[in-house]
Amino acid sequence: MNTSNSATKARRQTQRTREYIIEKLLFASAIVSVFTTLAILGVLLFEAIGFFGQVSIVEFFTATQWTPLFAPQHFGVLPLVWGTILVTIIALAVAVPIGLGSAIFLSEYAPDRLRRVVKPLLEILAGVPTVVYGYFALTFVTPLLQNFFPQMIVFNALSAGLVMGVMIIPMVSSLSEDAMLAVPQSFREGAYALGARKHEVALKIVVPSALSGIVASFILAISRAIGETMIVSIAAGSTPKLTLNPLESIQTMTGYITQISLGEAPFGSLEYKTIFSVGVTLFLMTLVVNLIGQWVAKRYWRRY
Amino acid sequence: MVTKPSRKRDTSRKIEGGMFYALCLVGILISLVSLATLLFDAFQDGLPWLDVQFLTSFPSRFPGQAGILAALFGSIWVVGLTAILSFPIGVGAALYLEEYAPQNWLTSFIRLNIANLAGVPSIVYGILGLGLFVEALALGRSILAGALTMTLLILPVIIITSQEAIRSVPRAYREGAYALGATRWQVTRGIVLPQAFPGMLTGTILSLSRAIGEAAPMIAIAALVYVRFVPTGPLDRFTVMPIQIFNWVNLPQSEFRGLAAAGIIVLLVVLLGMNSIAIFIRNRYQKRAR
Amino acid sequence: MVNDIKIDVRGLNVWFGGNHVLKNIEIGIKPNAVTAVMGPSGCGKTTFIRAINKLNDLIEGSRTTGEIYIDGENIYSKETDIFELRRRVGMVFQKPNPFPKSIFDNVAFGPRIHGVESEEELQEIVERSLKEAALWDEVSERLKDSALDLSGGQQQRLVIARALAVNPEIILLDEPCSALDPAATAKIEALMRKLVEKYTVVIVTHNMQQAARVSDFTVFLYLGELVEYGTTKRVFENPKSKLTEKYITGEFG
Repeated sequence: MNTSNSATKARRQTQRTREYIIEKLLFASAIVSVFTTLAILGVLLFEAIGFFGQVSIVEFFTATQWTPLFAPQHFGVLPLVWGTILVTIIALAVAVPIGLGSAIFLSEYAPDRLRRVVKPLLEILAGVPTVVYGYFALTFVTPLLQNFFPQMIVFNALSAGLVMGVMIIPMVSSLSEDAMLAVPQSFREGAYALGARKHEVALKIVVPSALSGIVASFILAISRAIGETMIVSIAAGSTPKLTLNPLESIQTMTGYITQISLGEAPFGSLEYKTIFSVGVTLFLMTLVVNLIGQWVAKRYWRRY
Repeated sequence: MVTKPSRKRDTSRKIEGGMFYALCLVGILISLVSLATLLFDAFQDGLPWLDVQFLTSFPSRFPGQAGILAALFGSIWVVGLTAILSFPIGVGAALYLEEYAPQNWLTSFIRLNIANLAGVPSIVYGILGLGLFVEALALGRSILAGALTMTLLILPVIIITSQEAIRSVPRAYREGAYALGATRWQVTRGIVLPQAFPGMLTGTILSLSRAIGEAAPMIAIAALVYVRFVPTGPLDRFTVMPIQIFNWVNLPQSEFRGLAAAGIIVLLVVLLGMNSIAIFIRNRYQKRAR
Repeated sequence: MVNDIKIDVRGLNVWFGGNHVLKNIEIGIKPNAVTAVMGPSGCGKTTFIRAINKLNDLIEGSRTTGEIYIDGENIYSKETDIFELRRRVGMVFQKPNPFPKSIFDNVAFGPRIHGVESEEELQEIVERSLKEAALWDEVSERLKDSALDLSGGQQQRLVIARALAVNPEIILLDEPCSALDPAATAKIEALMRKLVEKYTVVIVTHNMQQAARVSDFTVFLYLGELVEYGTTKRVFENPKSKLTEKYITGEFG
């Protein structure tokens, strides 16, 4: 092995160089992701710091009015945050029960043939672009709801929240179903052998065993709802306010960023910089939710 | 001491079970009915406006003359460029993580990082694109800036799906190749890549089909909303189909609603085409693998 | 003059994590002979032969100390070209693992990665190797077909042809017949007796009758230690260790 001839030695040398270069190229590809994170943090913080040079952080996070485009200017981000939260709550109220119910149905009740038809259909829900959902919310759902709530304005939190909920159903359903399928059949059989009925097995055995995966799916859904842009931009309105009434129009963080991006705020102005300060807030919120989700998944995950 | 155990009567448990099943069924039905309604609504509103003139015109103040041509080409440009950029980087990163990376803190950090990036809202990527590509790198509001932004957006998902494709290559193949005296790249290129390639391709096409429906990041880098030309190069300004649809939806005249719906139909058809190609590839190559 | 030892193992120790799998193995394997490595499950047989082509290095957390001299050169020295080593030491695995490629490309894979580029030369090598592995007659008409379409026995002979295509000197086989039916097994055993004219063959086997049928020398390992080594005839008829005797008579396995 050590006494190979010079031709082999030369070939080995070029081979070694080539292997080295290839490994470095592949490593560079992997590092792009680290660079992305650093770039996101860099861009957000750089501009946000410029913003907070002119607007106090305390005011930003505690004041209750957001009017950067009117005089007098107020920079309290709470209405935007609350708008996001309100729509998210409505969306979850739809997605959690329906998603979980669908998951239980597919995992515990549906025969295999039905599953193979229904599951891809649910996946289609996930593949529809959000701008289409926004259209649906504005042109179908809102007029429909106005029949029941005549005082509802065209732009409102309820329509956006309901439609967003439908969009998120596949996320909850798919991940919860995966978690439930991972529960060993022997658990179920033990319960059936004691005379339990199917719904009791599902609710008392399967769901608790799969809980960490199910909760993780909820948290992922929250994160998705917080970051969603098109549905709220089209259907929820552009009037930031702190209200408990879902029939009113509000504005979410994402909706505001859309609005200002489409507007004519001059580059470098304070109004322009609000993109980044609201962006930072949005980023931090989703980051915290994602981290909580990862923590929950790790802490309560049991290997079967 | 005799205590009578309190038990739900059998019939009430039966009723409970029936109601629960009904509730779950209702849940599925609501999902499916919503999907059907959504699609039916869009098609009903949009079909009257869908004609050759719609496909070959630029947007206009007059609904009768407006069309989706500019946005269609803009989407094709952006997604095409994104594909060229994201596929090699995504596959390269996945290969590194699965075949080359040592087990150390840096590797764990990279993996964690990718998982977190997958959960960042798409509009934040748009803000990144605005600050980095449009401003700092002075690419302006060009197709190139848009494609770079989209690349960063879908890269985490491409990496994750490619990793899965690589992991599905059985260890026995690699061992056989190493035992013959193959170097790591020879094993990667000769054995792993060919086997994993269809899965990687499928994952990439599915990611690109999601990218084509994304409006938020393109809005944030301020792609134009009113574009009356077909782009001819990567440094041109542009718009994409979802933004055009968004614009039409927000206009007050009701005719523009119909245009928006027609745009939605075009978008959905393109999506259907891309997804079908991806599924076709996956099915065709799943038969051969073992 | 160590001409009559091909593989000289000195003080070989292997750990997987904290697990001491091979303990101080010292043995001299003779050339142009079949040496069988036997022992109960978990005794380290597979680890032992994988140490000879350094395939254990692929396992994260493995550690090897000691030396193995092949033709007088220590393969565990720092200057060893591991790729050249693996060309000279071929391996056949327990479960046949042909690549998901054509029969031709399977056999040609080895020569290609070691620099053979001419199509003519590759054709020649493939034909020669398949003939040596007693598979040519069965596949010469369908070299472009997928290797995965072959039967288990044919696949294993294909893997042998693949190993032969790079001109090795030593062939290691890890329980090559355990997944095969008796007819296929008989073919492979006959093949091994023929290969021994040109190559040094080391075979791990769980099957004592196979060891008795096929091998010239036998090694008996137990819990990572070398218990006995000698000609097959002597080890089976006159074992030096009580442990060997118990294993051979089937008291444990």
